[in-house]
Formats: sequence, C-alpha cells, structure tokens
Amino acid sequence: MTDAADATIHLTPLADAHRALGARLIEFSGWLMPVQYGSILDEHKTVRERLGLFDLSHMGELYVEGPESGHALASALVSDPPSLAVGRAQYSMICAPDGGIIDDLIVYRLGEMRYLVVANAGNAPVVSDSLATRLAGFAAVLDDRSLATGLLAVQGPRAVDALGPLTDVDLDALRYYGAAEGKVAGIDALVARTGYTGEDGFEVFVETARTAELWDLLLEAVRAHGGAPIGLGARDTLRLEAGMPLYGNELDLDTNPYEAGLGRVVKLTKTGDFVGRSALEKVAREGPSRKLVGLIVEGRGIARHGYPVFAGDRRTGVVTSGTQSPTLGVPIAMAYVAPSDAEPGTVVDVEIRAARVPARSVALPFYKRGA
Amino acid sequence: MVPSDLRYTKDHEWVRIDGDEATIGITSYAADQLGDIVFVELPETGRTLDQFAAFGVVESVKAVSDLFAPLSGEVSETNQELGPKPELVNSDPFDAGWMIRVRIADPGQVEALLDAHAYDALIAAG
Repeated sequence: MTDAADATIHLTPLADAHRALGARLIEFSGWLMPVQYGSILDEHKTVRERLGLFDLSHMGELYVEGPESGHALASALVSDPPSLAVGRAQYSMICAPDGGIIDDLIVYRLGEMRYLVVANAGNAPVVSDSLATRLAGFAAVLDDRSLATGLLAVQGPRAVDALGPLTDVDLDALRYYGAAEGKVAGIDALVARTGYTGEDGFEVFVETARTAELWDLLLEAVRAHGGAPIGLGARDTLRLEAGMPLYGNELDLDTNPYEAGLGRVVKLTKTGDFVGRSALEKVAREGPSRKLVGLIVEGRGIARHGYPVFAGDRRTGVVTSGTQSPTLGVPIAMAYVAPSDAEPGTVVDVEIRAARVPARSVALPFYKRGA
Repeated sequence: MVPSDLRYTKDHEWVRIDGDEATIGITSYAADQLGDIVFVELPETGRTLDQFAAFGVVESVKAVSDLFAPLSGEVSETNQELGPKPELVNSDPFDAGWMIRVRIADPGQVEALLDAHAYDALIAAG
C-alpha cells in the first residue's frame, strides 16, 4: 500500500476533508488523492445513476492572455483555439515536433484575448514550460495558476438538479463544452459543462483558498440528490467505459493523435505553422501504423495495461487500459493493434498470465448515456 | 479479531484444517485492501501446490494479486460459486468466500503458519 505521504507530494485543499470521509489516499501524479471512499463499484454506479462529486484540484490550470493569445495557442497546440467563441471550449493536444503527444488538454476561451488551458496533473509542469517557450515572441502572457486553483466536478444525470440552485450561471443555457464565469454558493467560479465520466456534468474552477468551503457546500447538495464523493478509482472505470483516453495509458510521447483515433482534434486546415504540423500531415496522409480499439474479453480474465495482443500467432499490439466494466458486467479494454486488425468485430487474443484469451474488437465508446 | 480457529499466512491467506484436508481463502483484511473483487482464478482440481507458491490470482477493479498456498498438497475442490459471484470474497471472506480445498501433504508445515493472535499483530503493525 502507498498510504504514506511523502514530503514532496502536493496536497489539494481537500486532503483533510478526504481523510475525514474515510478515503483511501494514494499518490497520483505527484499529488495525494482519494482513490476511493468506499467501494469503487458503488461509486461508479452512483455516478451512472445519480451523481458524484470529484476533487480534481491536482489538474493544471494555465491561463494565456494578451492580444496574440489565440494565435500563440494555435501555433503551440494542434487545435485552433481562435475558432472558439467566447464561452466555448475544445479538446486539444500539445504535441512534440515529431507528432508525439506531450499532453491532452481542454482549452476554454474565456474572453476575446483570454484562454484557460487545463492540463493533466502529471504533465502540468512540462506543459507549462513548453507553452512558455512556444509563446515567446507573441504578445501573450502565460500565468500558471495550477497551485492557486481548485477544481471540483459534479457529474451524473442529476448534476443540473444539484448545482442549479447554488449558482447564478444559467445551466440550461450552458451547452456541452460551454463555460461561464459566475458564482457558486456565493464563491467566484468558472463553471464548465465538461467531464470525464460519460455523464452530463460540470467542472467548477475556484481559487484554492475557497475550495474546501465550496466542497462542503457541493457535497451537501450532491448528497441531497442521492450522490456521494467519488475517488480516482471510479473516475478511471467511468472514463474507460466512456472510451476516453488516459494520458500515460492510451496517450504518450510515442503516440500521435491519429493512432489514438483523435485525428479530428488536429486542425491541419488552420493557417500558419504549429509544432508537429509536418509530422502529423505525414501521418494523416499515410495513415497511422497502429490504431486504438475497444476490446470486450470473451474468455475468462481481465485484460490489463501492458498485456500483449495477438492476431493468430502474430503479435499485433498491446492493451493500454482494462477493467471489469461495472455497467456492462464484462471485461473491457482499450488496446493498440495493427490497422489490419482494428475493424470492429475482429477477434484477437489477449495474453492473460500465459493464456490466450479471445477478445472482440468493438467501436468505442463502450457506454453512451441515454439521450 | 480474526477467527481464532484458523491459521494464517503473512500474505493474508487463511487455512481451516479439518483432518487431512485444508480449506483456504483470503482474510477480511486482504479483501478490504483489495477492494471490490471482480474475478478469481483458481487451479484445476488435482493440481499439486507447494507451500507459499502462487496458486491463483484475485482481481479487484484496480489490480491483480497473486494467491499463495499456505500448505503443500493436491487441490481436491475449488469454490465454483466464485465464478459467477466473486464478490463473495468481499462479503463473506472466511466462509462463503472460500477458494480451494487441499489434501494436506505434510501436516508439519502447519507449524510455519501464524495463529490468529500473531496474524492480528501482523495487521496491527500495518
């Protein structure tokens, strides 16, 4: 077990709150985070059926401001942030010159000349450094507020019911990937209709000093609607069912967006150069050398990260994430395989502890919420 | 307190000795640490196990863990209920969540196992 805190580990403003709730705390990406408060399966089900409250204060918040902030981000990232209307967000990536993914991001346009880039906790320092380098020469300023910003997520079909009465933000008018600044329980916040669970829900950015206060108020509202606090364990099974990639599993520096099935994120049509353009144009032209697929294991066992995948006797790839799907009741996984083995319906074998176990390739996501 | 009539390993298996037969499972402490158990892989009956060698695996939502044989012997029976209901290991680890029965090869090996008092002390020490 890794319950012990290390002196170099960051604490979110909610570490004491998590302990008081009986959470099991683990180190994740340099932060002490709750992996579960009780049963991961119960937490997963609570989010699918009602709602959950997540502490995501470990994520990185990088603000970019200035007359050329949009152009600067367009040259630094694979997406086209200036194409966003104010109050809208887009999924994006920052790539290396060879097209490898440094991190996957969400970019929010908060004003004509003001953007928020949200990075994964473990990558936030390198994204911050890369952006600082790539913004040089533009009339744009980077403000890394990762340690000054708390982030709470309210996710699940009852999210509007729980959050609505607490905020002056018009949630009905806030579409998926929309964001608005306002107050939540009287506290200044940025409310975004984004998430990582496959359910409707919101992410609420708030200053660190008021994060614990907001957590208490949101937890009360979430519980009043049948919800509960949710740890990173269920966050992982929820995102996997929703077919969403996790940096370090599906995405890394040796992977490009096209391999991950995320070529739509790369805006090759935007004007001007951006880091990785020529490498990514080549992949777009020639096709990726491997593809991310969903697998449903049809034999006994759970396909886990790192397990080899075979097509007959030929090793075709490797599992990137896998678990027993709490919603579907079968083992699910994501894996990279050769493009010729990526067609949905293809049967491959996953090597699970020296046994070859059949698995069927399926289109992602595994789970899609009802309309 | 764990049941006083069982013997234990440092790896958190329990063993109930009944004549020349041993029933084996994992402790409530182990089940709680693993979290929701979603899959248990057990050996075929007739397989011979060596004391303290891996005999199967238990998978929680998050992780895979090996199971270690408290005693040497031949597997005489496995708990078929755990196929459809692996959660029995969480809900009733010392009874309905049992895993295998073994014909004990060497009764002297029992001396190498912990009694309930020693196992409780092990858990308390973390």
